[in-house]
Formats: sequence, structure tokens, C-alpha cells
Amino acid sequence: MNAPSAPRKIRIATATLGGCFGCHMSLLDIDERLLALVEIAEFDRSPLTDIKHCGPGVDIGLIEGALCNAENVHVLREFRANCKFLVAVGACAINGGLPAQRNRFDVGDILKKVYSDAPDGRSRVPNDPELPLLLDKVYPIHDVVRVDYFIPGCPPSGDALWKFLTDLIGGRTPRLDYPQFHFD
Amino acid sequence: MIAIESALDPILGRHRRDPTALLQILRDTQEIFGWISPEVRAAVASALEIAPTRIDSLTRFYAHLYDAPRGKYRILFSDNITDRMAGSVALMELMLKKLKLERGKLSADGLVSVDFTSCTGMCDQGPALLVNNLPATRLTAWRIDEICGLIRARTPLDQWPEEFFRVEDHIRRADLLLGAAERPGEAIRAALALGAQGFLDELKKSNLRGRGGAGFPTALKWRSCRDAPGERRFVVCNADEGEPGTFKDRVLLQSFSQSLFEGMALAGLVTGAQKGFLYLRGEYSYLRAPLEATLQKMRRESLLGRNIAGAKNFDFDIEIHMGAGAYVCGEETALIESLEGKPGRPRIRPPFPVTHGYLGFPTVVNNVETLCNAAAIAVVGGDAYARRGTTRSTGTKILSVSGDCERPGLYEYPFGVTVAQVLEDCGAPDVGAVQIGGAAGNCLIPEEFGRRIAFEDQPTAGAFMVFANRRDPIEAARNFAHFFAHESCGFCTPCRVGTSLVAGMIDKIAAGHGAQYEFLDLKRLHDILRASSHCGLGQAAMLALGDMMQKFKPAFERRLITKDFEPDFDLDAALARARELAGRDDAAAHLGEDI
Repeated sequence: MNAPSAPRKIRIATATLGGCFGCHMSLLDIDERLLALVEIAEFDRSPLTDIKHCGPGVDIGLIEGALCNAENVHVLREFRANCKFLVAVGACAINGGLPAQRNRFDVGDILKKVYSDAPDGRSRVPNDPELPLLLDKVYPIHDVVRVDYFIPGCPPSGDALWKFLTDLIGGRTPRLDYPQFHFD
Repeated sequence: MIAIESALDPILGRHRRDPTALLQILRDTQEIFGWISPEVRAAVASALEIAPTRIDSLTRFYAHLYDAPRGKYRILFSDNITDRMAGSVALMELMLKKLKLERGKLSADGLVSVDFTSCTGMCDQGPALLVNNLPATRLTAWRIDEICGLIRARTPLDQWPEEFFRVEDHIRRADLLLGAAERPGEAIRAALALGAQGFLDELKKSNLRGRGGAGFPTALKWRSCRDAPGERRFVVCNADEGEPGTFKDRVLLQSFSQSLFEGMALAGLVTGAQKGFLYLRGEYSYLRAPLEATLQKMRRESLLGRNIAGAKNFDFDIEIHMGAGAYVCGEETALIESLEGKPGRPRIRPPFPVTHGYLGFPTVVNNVETLCNAAAIAVVGGDAYARRGTTRSTGTKILSVSGDCERPGLYEYPFGVTVAQVLEDCGAPDVGAVQIGGAAGNCLIPEEFGRRIAFEDQPTAGAFMVFANRRDPIEAARNFAHFFAHESCGFCTPCRVGTSLVAGMIDKIAAGHGAQYEFLDLKRLHDILRASSHCGLGQAAMLALGDMMQKFKPAFERRLITKDFEPDFDLDAALARARELAGRDDAAAHLGEDI
């Protein structure tokens, strides 16, 4: 007798680009529903697993944060290449959010200002190749890759994330009720 | 400060220190000082006892109010698609080069600035520009050269050749309105002979419907206003002709203003209103002096004022209010807000203006052409009028024909004329599309040229822009999208954000970076804007684009990339500044193509 094989688990990957991890904290705010989630899903690359790279065949990629530097672009491209659904989570991923406040300044002026406190008064912008270079502006992620879904909020609540994920996994077009994205 | 106050005094006096006249006061003040400086702002606020932020709310809303110094010469090129087709972009570049200027920047000596503005209503004689709000038409490279010379020589505007500013009527086909000889007082006397109720009955028989686009029965509107409770009533003529491609009101105002004002007086007679406003778009301010002269003449002839034409208790007079460069003020409730000295943001309807309009009183708002028709009905009678046109669209419609045709100008037809007939009459043999009703209208293709101009078939407020086969629909789509993004009043999110997203996506597709993703997203936005915008501006903002995407699909698709996405900017170039500062050029300091 062959026991029916357990259905393949949904693979979820998550990453924070230029963000504050607040959206990830919200994901933890689904509380005990995490147990229900891990019944049907497993995590690929994510701060929760410490897996460093996205494997192929990820179903859902959740991106928090905006594109601030070259490394952010590489991470985002890796997600796009490996995830069936790519989801922009929160204000920074969708609009640039707080990091985009720097967009009205020239990035060169910002670097000069920040690194101008050497004792000799000269500006030394670090040149270590390990350090990712800053983009001229902070970009929302849909400016650089195709994005399938957007979850608004700063951060979106745990309830909103739960509703979104259960809809998406269940094959329903995700819908958030008004209280789930109304923040006043 | 003393200088400011002494200059302000007569202006404030003229407007009775009434804060509801704030927009007019600021316009008049700006005429003297060139801009609304912090000192002027403070002086006006304290004289009217209002918060200075109320002044800011206007200077930020209206394109023609300036909160920063402007040049002695302010050049604004009309940016309708018909101006572009006639070569306006190259002419502007020529002017910028000759004056060594950047678009939108004031020259270092404070002499001149050059920029775009929305359609100025000179589409039949474009390309056109406004210099200090005065329209210069039929621009050529030669004319641009002359204008630059006059500017550099600092020649005062009143010494520029009159020829530059000639605005033609271009009446190509005249019927009931455009063919009528001017007989001052005829309409008023005819209506007085019938009495207010008698004339209203004629109006009902005529089945006249509003010519602003919506086609609401005029007799019903006037009767509703008359019957609405209120101590005072008002008549407002909407002469804020801002729809790109429309210029018929400009001609009616220029050459048939007597008939228009009599139409307004008739609305006063029927509704009991004693005061009328003509809300004139800022771009037509050159028409103000002749219009004031007509009003004066009518007052002298007892066709305005007290006991008009000897009729006891028939008192009615008209005041001209100037707009200040905001397309949305063509929407009747936005227009009323603007009349009340506020930013022109549309109100929630209902209640409608017939019960709650200007200052909350019952108010009739009609288009220029509607009121001219009302005057004509008084003369010819309701039955005779109703015999023109079709059963459901009686009378005539004036079309503003522009674009790729031999004889652009005004064509007045009885309702029911086919698009093909108009094209034949205006001399347009090789037509790919006709944009009817302006940027907020429909785009028709040759298979649809049998459609008839009528409320029951193809309604229109009057714009009729012809595009030859060789034209690229994407250019028109971009022009319209940027127009709406610019003119959105910002009140509701679907329109404020949606129109900007649409403009960005069309630019991306036009630049060859768009994918099916953007094309599908445009369709999604089309539905959102239409369903959830607060007023007609947002609801109609994607009408033409929706038509074009459906009828000229390959023109869009051939620009789409086969990949499912690409950014519309160069990511590697976005690292250039940081590379320079860090002094790096290693492999990790670059971003290659996504694979």
C-alpha cells in the first residue's frame, strides 16, 4: 500500500533591501498562524532561515525595502529569476518610502558630506570593492523588475500579510479589506 | 509697503473688499506687481482679513498666478497635439536656442522665460504661443526670429506689430448661430413679448440641450433653478473653454457676444436671477476689453441693468470673472468654487448647482453656445428651432475643426451630420483618425466615419481634430496623457496618481522600453480612473487612450519589447556618481544587463 505522498510544500523566500525589517516583523506578527503556515510552506532564502541565496523553484518571493545600492539590485534580480510570484511588501518597496527622502539631493554631495569628518578635513569616500555602491536615487522595485503583487502599508499588518498569503496560495486574487490598509 | 497699499486700494475697492473675489483681486494685483511677492501676499491678507495661506492655496493651484518673480516677457507655447503637428516643438527649441535659455527657467537678467502651457484654443491657426497672456498665432521660424529680436530690444508689447496677435474667426460653414446678423435687443424683446413663462415654453418646445457636452435639457435646468428655494439666483456662463482642440466659444465671444449676453439675460428673465457671471478662461483675457465694451453698450441701450427694455422688474447685469489657467474649472462645480475665490476643486454632486450653486444659491451654469442658442430660439421660436437637427438632438452644433485638413476653422451643422461629411467639407482626404470631443473625447477611425454628430450617436462638446494616416497615434496619446497629468487638480487619488502613472507608462512604451506588462497595466488604470475618479476630468482622462489602444493596437505593440520587463533607465549609469566619488571601476562597481 502506497500512502498518498504529501503535497509539495509552497516555497517562500523573503528579503529586505533598503528597509527597516518592519515588514518582516509584521510577518512574525501573524503569531500562532506561523504554525499553520509552516504546515503548507517552507522558507527558502530569508532572514528567518539565514539561507544566503534563492534556490530555483521558489513560489512566492516577498521583497521589503527599496533599491538603494548595487547589491539590492543583485538580490532583487535573483528573486525575480527564481520566484514565480514576486511581491512588493510595504511602502519602501512600492514607492521608495523613507529611504527615498534622499532623492532630492545629489548622491555625490551626500557621500562628501557623510565622509568629510576625517581629521585633516578631507573627504574619503570608502573604495573597498566589498562595499556596494549607492545608486544615484532610491528606486521602488517595480522600476527595475516586473512585480506581480503589491501589499501596501508601513508596515502592512500581520493580518494583511496573512490574508494576502492565504489568498495567493488558495488561488484567489488577493484582496485586502479596507481596515487592512487604512492606517489613520 | 505704502506703495503696495496705495496700489492695492483701488483694486480692493473695485472688488468691495470681498474675500470671495480673492482670485480676481490677486489677478489684478499681479498685473501691477508682476507676481505675488511675500509683501503683496501679506498686504492682501491683512486688507481682506483672511489667512495668508488662503492666498497660497490659490497661487499654488492656478497656473497663471505666480509666487516667484517672472520675466518681463513670459512666453508660453500652446501644447496641444495640433500645435505639435504644426511644428511647435521645433519652434520652441529654436526660441530657446536664440535666447540661450532653458525651458521653464527665467533668464539671468530677469528678462524672459519660455515654457509650455495647455491648449490655448488657437488650434485652427497654430502653432500658437502666449506672450504675457496675449496670443500670437501662425508661428513660423521667421516669426520666432522677429519675436526674439523684439524681446532682446525690450520693445514694449503694445509696440509689437498687430499682425502677430491677429486672431481669425475662420467661419467656414454658418447656420443658425454663425449666420445670424446682429440685431441688438431682438432676442430680449421677442422673449419679453412672450413673457418669462411663455419663453420657457418655447425653450421646452425647442428641446435645446446643453452644448458643453453632457446634453442636459436647458429648459429643465432653468425651470429647476427658478423653482428652487433661495433668496437670490445666479446665471453663470461657462466660457472656460479649455478642452484641447476646442475654440468655438472663442469665436462666439469675439464676434457674437451680444447674442451670448442676451441669452444670459433670458436665463435671468426665466429664473429670476438678477446677476450673471461670465467665467472667461485666463487664456482669453485679450477678449475682456471688447466684451466689457459690449456690456457697456448694452447697458446704454437698456439691454442690461434695471428695467431691461422697459420691462418693469426685469433687472439683470453681468460681471466678467477671469479664470487663471486651470482646465478643471470647466467642470461646473469647480467653476463655481473658482468664482467664489477658491481653488477650483469639483464639489460632490448632488446637490446640483440649480439648487446649491454660487454661494449656495440656485444657479444656472450654461456653456457659451447653449446661451447663444437660447437667444436664437427667442427669435425663431421653439417649433422652428426643433425642426433643425434630429429628433433627439435639435438645432445646430458648432465644430472646431483642426489638424490635418485644408480648411481648419468653425463648421456649424444641423445635428446629425456624419463625420465623413465634415471631413469632406474641411478638405481632409487621407485621414487615419478623428479625435472628437477633445482630449477627453473619442478617437474614431475610418470605419466609424459614418457616425453622426448627435447626442444619441457621437456626442461632442465641439472639438474635431483630424489626424492624417502618416501621424503616429502614440504622439497624440502621450500629449493627452501629459495634459491630464498636468491638469489633475490633485484632490482624489485615482486621478492624481493615475494620470501620472499613465503618462510615465506611455513615455516608457514610446521610448521602446515597455513590455506587455505596461500595456496591460494601462488597461487596468483605464478601468480604475473611469470607475473611481471624483469628477469628469479623471473619469474621461483615459477615454481617448482606451480607444487608441484598441484601434491602433499594433502602433503600441510594435514598440513593446519581447522580454517581460526592462527598466526605463540605465542602471549602470545610476552608479556613475558613486563610482566617481569612490574612485572605483572594478567589476563590482558596475551593473550589467539583467539575464
